[in-house]
Amino acid sequence: MRFDTPATTNPIDQGKVVGQRIHRIDGPLKTTGRAVYAYEWHDPNTHYVYGYVVGSAIAKGRIGSMDVSAAKRAPGVLAVVTSDGIGDLKKGKYNTAKLFGGTEIQHYHQAIAVVVAETFEEARAAAALVKVDYAEEKGVFDLEATKDTAVKPKDGEPDSAAGDFDAAFETAAVKFDQTYTTPDQSHAMMEPHASIAAWNGDELTVWTSSQMIDWWRSDLATTVGIDKEKVQIMSPFIGGGFGCKLFLRADAVLAALAAREARRPVKVALPRPFLMNNTTHRPATIQRIRIGAERDGRITAIAHESWSGDLPGGGPEVAVQQTRLLYAGANRMTATRLATLDLPEGNAMRAPGEAPGMMALEIAIDEMAERLGLDPVDFRIINDTQVDPENPERPFSHRDLVGCLRTGAERFGWQDRTKQTATRREGSWLVGMGVASAFRNNLLVPSGARVRLDREGIVTVETDMTDIGTGSYTIIAQTAAEMLGVPVDKVAVSLGDSRFPVSSGSGGQFGGNCSTAGVYAACVKLREAVAQKLGFNSPDELTFAGGEVRVGDRRMPLAQAAGDEPLVAEDRIEFGKLGETHQQSTFGAHFVEVGVDVATGETRIRRMLAVCGAGRILNPITARSQVIGAMTMGVGGALSEELVVDKERGFFVNHDLAGYEVPVHADIPHQEVIFLDETDPMSSPMKAKGIAELGLCGVAAAVANAIYNATGIRVREYPITLDKLINELPEVS
Amino acid sequence: MQSLGVLEISRRDLLVASAATVTVASTASLSHSQTNAPAAPQSTKTSFTVNGERRELQLDNRTTLLDALREHLHLTGTKKGCDHGQCGACTVLVEGRRVNACLTLAVMHEGESITTIEGLGQPGNLHPMQAAFVEHDGFQCGYCTPGQICSSVAMLEEIKANTPSHVTGDLLARAEVTPAEIRERMSGNICRCGAYSNIVDAITEVAGRKV
Repeated sequence: MRFDTPATTNPIDQGKVVGQRIHRIDGPLKTTGRAVYAYEWHDPNTHYVYGYVVGSAIAKGRIGSMDVSAAKRAPGVLAVVTSDGIGDLKKGKYNTAKLFGGTEIQHYHQAIAVVVAETFEEARAAAALVKVDYAEEKGVFDLEATKDTAVKPKDGEPDSAAGDFDAAFETAAVKFDQTYTTPDQSHAMMEPHASIAAWNGDELTVWTSSQMIDWWRSDLATTVGIDKEKVQIMSPFIGGGFGCKLFLRADAVLAALAAREARRPVKVALPRPFLMNNTTHRPATIQRIRIGAERDGRITAIAHESWSGDLPGGGPEVAVQQTRLLYAGANRMTATRLATLDLPEGNAMRAPGEAPGMMALEIAIDEMAERLGLDPVDFRIINDTQVDPENPERPFSHRDLVGCLRTGAERFGWQDRTKQTATRREGSWLVGMGVASAFRNNLLVPSGARVRLDREGIVTVETDMTDIGTGSYTIIAQTAAEMLGVPVDKVAVSLGDSRFPVSSGSGGQFGGNCSTAGVYAACVKLREAVAQKLGFNSPDELTFAGGEVRVGDRRMPLAQAAGDEPLVAEDRIEFGKLGETHQQSTFGAHFVEVGVDVATGETRIRRMLAVCGAGRILNPITARSQVIGAMTMGVGGALSEELVVDKERGFFVNHDLAGYEVPVHADIPHQEVIFLDETDPMSSPMKAKGIAELGLCGVAAAVANAIYNATGIRVREYPITLDKLINELPEVS
Repeated sequence: MQSLGVLEISRRDLLVASAATVTVASTASLSHSQTNAPAAPQSTKTSFTVNGERRELQLDNRTTLLDALREHLHLTGTKKGCDHGQCGACTVLVEGRRVNACLTLAVMHEGESITTIEGLGQPGNLHPMQAAFVEHDGFQCGYCTPGQICSSVAMLEEIKANTPSHVTGDLLARAEVTPAEIRERMSGNICRCGAYSNIVDAITEVAGRKV
């Protein structure tokens, strides 16, 4: 199905199932420990063995020699596969750094060997016996120091401009110019990367933890050097991803190579302390923002420049992205520059671009509002735009940022915010409120599905879509149930298997809208097949409801359309030019109240509210969970999350969950989420848009702005740890 | 069991290896290794009760309780999130008390009674805490969930037993089930999906039902 004209009324609009509060259909499996994740596949007739990874102890250079003799002699060891021994392997299309193979070391903890043994304990012990001599080379690890060497990236749109920024800024009545930094951040999902690989002749089956089944299938085939058709990927449950499982990772490659060498199915999990340096991370940024405005608050000039680093061949963090679209202003420019660093690979983490970009932009907007003497909510409303500011001919498909801000301000009690900073005191706490806009683009990715109706009236959906905690199982079941007029418990959903039609996968907050739109398309075909089977001319005259097909007085059980053989339909949604003619984005507003301990500088989050305008909400339960989870991650980004770079040795020092501090229960208060009641017919037949990343964009800035309101201290270097506050706090009285 | 002598030798080897690491690092080459192959690992016959069923295993002494459950008994509901006591995904109940199964060796639990997430309830017959997690959507990816649920069941018992926590204001008064107490006591169980707000709601509901 090609989607190239705005959606009109369709069965999804009934809203009998879609949009309802349906509990996760995989909930009983997950809460009882019966959901089977990658490392947990177990066939009682198969004897699995264990692979343990060895990582590089240097950041840059070459492997001089490797001595694996002691490892090979160790008890239980079946095979040792080394990077220099296996020689160069082709790199997957989506990877920047090589995952394995050859003697070049590109980053710390790059995989250089896998030791296979009968038991996990034996493999781990033997891996510690691998002796490596390195020829270390000097690397570059300091973004700040290399900023001036950064170049214009080859791909994407590194520069944008409209009007004449320089002239408009020069003559602006009120000017603002500041620089912000965001640190390297880690996805830190709860399930470490893990794979089990089994060969059957020249065919390879891998149970793994992947957000994008088809990307992994292609890149694993490339890396291992076999045809894609010979690879099967299975990933029905994924213990979180946030972007870290978008691209093929070393565990799958090592398991496949080790299983080939050992001639046994091999299990490989990356140990937790490997994750930060072996895989990918959100790159640190330096961002300069300039704003010029009239005294009434109308922005006349806005500029956003960003610098980040990555390995050779890598890409930038596109932190300026939202600034091209979020606020009005006739004269504007953005620039993205990329430095070469020898740190581990930088890549997508939840809301790449907008997440760090909004961390900076939304502090800048708060600062500019103060300079103009405007309430920060009002300043944002004054500068709302309903068109792409770089190209005013191009409207937003639907945009209600103003509604988000107004609704949030009212519900949060924004009018009680003290205009003067550091004036609200409760005991030892300085209390303040902050606001930020939320913004994230809505991406459209083709997505396929197969639906099957059997004689029992059960509808089975098969797609290689993944559920990384987002609720894909549930919203896909709701979509099929709505389309075919059956209750959710008559729908079975099978995901994460490369034998199923290729889907959008999970990433860029496109998975919910796009994968259900693919299921919609397949269900439209199934409705046609049902109509034909039951002797009707067109499905348009039919009503699918209550497990029946109805027309006039005639009612037939849906199941009757299936005979001994089930009725099967397959299709995929493809998107036309609506995403080009109209700017599709999602909007929101974050409100935060903090207390800052006047003696210690410790920040505690007291209240949080998010208001989101993101098209049709397919399931208010799972959508709300996406948003509160994102708000939680935003608190981490504001207050504690930072991968600390050892600028001499070139690695992230705090590479585990004790050193890299993600929020815990005690850090997070009760959270409120409001969804605006809206649909976006430009986005898909579902009229839904993304929500999972929107919830993160702006949160950290809202926290930073609340800290400023509480203390009068403006911190522009994330995270806002107490050492950055304590020297400036008011005298304790 | 390893003798003290073996341990001392290991420690000396470690010091030598560490010193070598520092030395070679400055000459642009590193070596981390012990040259002698170790003796064959020792194993021990261990028996304990898991979810009411007596289990007997011949285990490498280095096997954690977590790996005994996951790799030997195939009770994979107990999750490995970090394997060194930082995340809480492996929380199980040992003699009714919550324990990070990754931080304890299986052989230390001879004769003890262990309850895992599989033992609390099953699909169709959920434990009240499991049902409350579904009702309040107290999870997303589900990977920390068994640990959160085991931890919360034992945590409520700790409050009932009047065990104080860091946020208990008055040590002479009875410990109470408050959101602050729940958050403090559950902070060893990390949820990166960020379901904390919903988890606290789920636990509060169950506590309300019980208390």
